[in-house]
Amino acid sequence: MIALPTSTQNLPGFGDQPVWLVLIKVVAVFAFLVVMTLFSIVFERKVVGRMQNRIGPNRVGPWGTLQSLADGIKLAFKEEIIPALADKPVYFLAPILSATPAFVAFSVIPFGPQVSMFGHKTPLQLTDLPVGVLVVFACSALGVYGIVLSGWASGSTYPLLGGLRSAAQMISYEVAMGLSMVAVFLFSNTMSTSGIVYEQRHIWHVVPLFVSFCIYAIAVVGETNRAPFDLPEAESELVGGFHTEYSSFKFAMFFLAEYINMVTVSALATTLFLGGWRAPWPLSLWHSANAGWWPMLWFTGKVIVGIFVFVWLRGTLPRLRYDQFMHLGWKVLIPINLVWIMAVTAIHVLRDRGWEAWKATTVPLALVLLLVVVPALMMWEGATSRRAADRAADDEHEARLTPTFPTPPMDLVVPSPKRLATASVRRPTPELTDGDDADG
Amino acid sequence: MLSPYLPILLLFALALAFATFSVVIAPFVGPRRYNKAKLDFYECGIEPTPQPLGPHRFPVKYFLTAMLFIVFDIEIIFLYPYAVANKALGLFGLVEIVLFIVTVFVAYAYVWRRGGLDWD
Repeated sequence: MIALPTSTQNLPGFGDQPVWLVLIKVVAVFAFLVVMTLFSIVFERKVVGRMQNRIGPNRVGPWGTLQSLADGIKLAFKEEIIPALADKPVYFLAPILSATPAFVAFSVIPFGPQVSMFGHKTPLQLTDLPVGVLVVFACSALGVYGIVLSGWASGSTYPLLGGLRSAAQMISYEVAMGLSMVAVFLFSNTMSTSGIVYEQRHIWHVVPLFVSFCIYAIAVVGETNRAPFDLPEAESELVGGFHTEYSSFKFAMFFLAEYINMVTVSALATTLFLGGWRAPWPLSLWHSANAGWWPMLWFTGKVIVGIFVFVWLRGTLPRLRYDQFMHLGWKVLIPINLVWIMAVTAIHVLRDRGWEAWKATTVPLALVLLLVVVPALMMWEGATSRRAADRAADDEHEARLTPTFPTPPMDLVVPSPKRLATASVRRPTPELTDGDDADG
Repeated sequence: MLSPYLPILLLFALALAFATFSVVIAPFVGPRRYNKAKLDFYECGIEPTPQPLGPHRFPVKYFLTAMLFIVFDIEIIFLYPYAVANKALGLFGLVEIVLFIVTVFVAYAYVWRRGGLDWD
């Protein structure tokens, strides 16, 4: 019988917090998310503006920093329009269903180590579970319901298509996202978020697991429906996507959910790959950089860097076509991910069994090269040559075909147009000899 | 001793209350002027095309994507416990998980070849 490690042992301080402290933390997390949303909207508009040689919002508040607050208040006082064909209960439920899980996903993200708060030693994290990351995963999956139901309940064509596209896109990229996390759990031997941060005390996971990090970074852009993967709200195709028929506060809920999801996936990237709340290198030389309240600053900084990357992508890349997008998700990210997981698992296990590092690395890599990459390349080669042969055969066939449209014979003599000749004879030609008729 | 799930429940309650409050309060805060054209569904400004009443139809392709997702989601869910417990399972676990991944890979290759992953 194999004794499985219990992950609960490295979760100190989460069970014995008093209720009032939990309530303070709940409100703090909520406030953090709302403030981050307001911040990232202004930040995005400012940065995109600079990238497009504009100034961006600069009227409301100092340097336009209160712009998103003003936008939020404006949205609240807008008329609420409910389309006549909407399915009312679902139409009202959808924005709630979209915004609520977005908040909940943040409950397991660690902001920092243990601090003393009003005389209590407590971790700077709302809660942690042995299956911590699964909470984030579950909440992002629940967000799909809000989007697909909003599209369906609007009773309109464009939102329906946008909602379906969004659902297909989110579940497709959720596969890639989920697979990219497997290697992290393998290295940390736990799924609790604080445990993963603890395991990165020597080296951040991004260094050994760079491939996983890249796949995660691509997948979450698809997962949050952001440019260049913003197909559900492709303005040139679908007007506004799933929220075309929404107005006022209900629209604001979708907007809020999108930005909170962006903050959440940046925070999760920070936690899983970028050392969580740990200080980056030059700062980490300072002894108390990883103690007290300072880590919250490093954490927020890393999250903002993540949001900057989102904005950067939006400012740089054009939108993908739908089939290219699905092709990337299913035919590129998933196979690379599976092969990578197999290789990493093999290296990890063989090193655990006492093989030397070079042996434990080369043997699995050679096996992967021999058994996966070479056959895949051969199959790809075969498919390419088959397609080329098909195309050549098609061209040849087309060239041999007799044209189906009528072509004039080379010795064509055009008959004289009889009717036209007679008609022109009969028609009285206007003569300008005398002006009597015209004067009448 | 509090359950570690309680804070999640509290945050859920707060978020739910916030979202519900916002959605419920909106019609009372904003103006309300009736206009029949305003309640029509949006179609770029032209007269909307008549729609059938009742549930909409949509391409079955999306349904297929959802089915494929379930297969791979289950694969992920099986990989997670292994990733956490891989130290205890050792070489035996490695062989088993590689066999498992290869088995799912066969299904994946089948779906690919049958055109299940082609979008036009």
